Amino acid sequence: MPEELIPIYIMGKRYDVPPGLTIMKATEYAGYRLIRGAGCRGGFCGACATVYRTAGDYRLKVALACQTVAEPEMYIAQIPFFPAERPAYKLDELEPTFETLVKLYPELLRCLSCGTCTKACPQDLDVKDYMAEAMRGNIAAVADKSFDCIMCGLCAARCPAEEVQYNIAILCRRLYGKYLAPEAKHLSERVAEIKTGEFDEPMREIKSLSEEELRQRYNERDIEPA
Amino acid sequence: MSYTPEMRESIKKVEATRPARLDQPFPRLAPEEKERLLERFHPDYRAEGFRDIRVGPNKGEKAPNELVDVLEGRSHLTSDALDLTRIDYDTDVLIIGGGGAGASAALLARENGAGVILATKLRLGDANTMMAQGGIQAADKPNDSPVIHYLDIMGGGRFVNDPDLVEALVIDASLVIQWLGDLGVMFDKEPDGTMMTIHGGGTSRKRMHSARDYSGAGIMRVLRDEVRSYPEHITVLEFSSAIELLMDDKGQVAGAILQNLETGEHLVVRARCTIIATGGSGRLHYQGFATTNHYGATGDGLILGYRVGARLLHQDTMQYHPTGAAYPEQIVGQLVTAKVRGLGAQVVNAEGNQFVYHLETRDAEASAVIRECTERGEGVETPSGMLGVWLDSPMINIIHGPGTIEAKLPAMVRQFKRFDIDITKDPMLVYPTLHYQNGGLILRPDGSIPGIPNLYGAGEISGGVHGRNRLMGNSLLEITVFGRRAGRAAALRAKEVELGKLTLAHVDEWNKQLQEAGIDNPILSPILLPDYARKVR
Repeated sequence: MPEELIPIYIMGKRYDVPPGLTIMKATEYAGYRLIRGAGCRGGFCGACATVYRTAGDYRLKVALACQTVAEPEMYIAQIPFFPAERPAYKLDELEPTFETLVKLYPELLRCLSCGTCTKACPQDLDVKDYMAEAMRGNIAAVADKSFDCIMCGLCAARCPAEEVQYNIAILCRRLYGKYLAPEAKHLSERVAEIKTGEFDEPMREIKSLSEEELRQRYNERDIEPA
Repeated sequence: MSYTPEMRESIKKVEATRPARLDQPFPRLAPEEKERLLERFHPDYRAEGFRDIRVGPNKGEKAPNELVDVLEGRSHLTSDALDLTRIDYDTDVLIIGGGGAGASAALLARENGAGVILATKLRLGDANTMMAQGGIQAADKPNDSPVIHYLDIMGGGRFVNDPDLVEALVIDASLVIQWLGDLGVMFDKEPDGTMMTIHGGGTSRKRMHSARDYSGAGIMRVLRDEVRSYPEHITVLEFSSAIELLMDDKGQVAGAILQNLETGEHLVVRARCTIIATGGSGRLHYQGFATTNHYGATGDGLILGYRVGARLLHQDTMQYHPTGAAYPEQIVGQLVTAKVRGLGAQVVNAEGNQFVYHLETRDAEASAVIRECTERGEGVETPSGMLGVWLDSPMINIIHGPGTIEAKLPAMVRQFKRFDIDITKDPMLVYPTLHYQNGGLILRPDGSIPGIPNLYGAGEISGGVHGRNRLMGNSLLEITVFGRRAGRAAALRAKEVELGKLTLAHVDEWNKQLQEAGIDNPILSPILLPDYARKVR
């Protein structure tokens, strides 16, 4: 092997790869054509949740394969799917209350606040903290604090109380967005105007312009200051 | 992984010019200036990147070489490969694609009484939708109107857009924002409920709505959760790629053949109506560009539609996002959201000088960056030899107050922090990256595909909405507007459809056309996934 390569272990099997690659690209360098375990490749989709350990260390660590550089002697396994519970509900039929959370996710109250989830989060969210907010019924706080969740499932995979933190979080964000966020009045007004056909005539007018007229209007349009 | 000493020197120059740049607005490009810039530097104008298509509805027209390769591809199947009387799934509406357009279509098809199968190549939500950061446009403020939005879109698209599709887009925009809000999407709002909106490149009003810089994720997570609320009406088939559309003996589209990506098994799905919502094709890496696109963006739906006779429009124009990451190496090509510029960050060269207004349309902004790094030689070189220019993010906290970057761009802060770069203090190095397929299958405003009975399309797969250049914030809008329209129209149409005997005869016909056109050794397409696995000989 050329000496610039580093050894990594994919599911226990050794491969030598160039340094500096992400875990995902190192896996592909090793010869894998990924089907599961790759999605957006940019840190947004949560498809590439990965558990790893480094040589001489007993601790399991977690990461997103697309966002983490492979290190020498890394032992890698992916968790591309986690069979988490997502109870049946329809948002329309729910109320934004603590009771709703507990009814759908009774295990919420079993949370030990041990913080394993927070340690597991590749987004560095304080999952334990938003779970505490959920136990207090503070849906707005859960929504805010879980906002950047990519639903990779690593929190749930590591949780000793078998919580499904990320599903509780999406429920809270949806409850907040639908029921608790202040209404945008200008939006409702605009929707009403559209439905009553207020823009039908101006639309007809602009659509009837020749390309030359449209160009002129475009080049002369006033632009709201930045 | 933080910046090299050479890059640090250049950053000092960026810092030195910053106070002056904050005070002096850089002039916008005049219309003729913009034309010249595009012709000389935009990749769409590099003749050697394109060639004529030799078969099918767009025969004799240009497309990027990499797209022609797959359009002129051979089917994975022959007509006698499968027993079409053994039907695995029978449904009203089959949706191919599990991104924002597919999910929106599924919800509206269900709402209009249809049973739905949503088949997707990866997981539900693995799509460019999830990665969209900047926002979604809608003219819902008192100083704005759908008509002004229309004008911005036509000008941005260089006046070749389909006016009926643009009208549909701008008229539905506010309705879609309300729909998404009702489904629980958390748009950024003032305490009184007013939407926080900013400019995007080429907008004349501040109409970019956002959900921090997880706008697409905010929408996709909600749509996915909503789809999962109706398991009795919407069956989701993940890791199931459509490899060919099915026809019937009356010449109608009648479903698709799916392939289980893990087991290789083929599935026959008979559907009264079929919606193609497979998204873009950045993973074809046109002209060798890195891409912001998700792993599955290989243009499958273009090929499936093309083989049954659907026409393409503007297939020769791609969008290069002006600000893809150029450093560090691990994230080269990944998106640096246009929202960074929307919040005021300027683009400056190695000497710290601004060379283009920061809110030009994407085609012009990207061309200016390419000019700066090539002809003018004012780019910054990275250790891997890549060139880039600075996107001066620290300006944002100076303009809008401390903490703005952290609050409005958490994804960007996190992305760079993973590689020890603090974008609140240092600029980001960027270069254009392949971002979006401007053209695609021709649609009607209801999402139907002209001339092909029972076939619909929605999302990045479509052509005509954006003309030759899409404005920021109009793709999240497009997928929801046309996903909803196609879902509704397909559900209503499905009630009338009577299917005949299923056939794959068109596949044999296609293979014959390839032969007659003298296309030797066509590749198998759709390619389904890019092949990044290193081949060890």
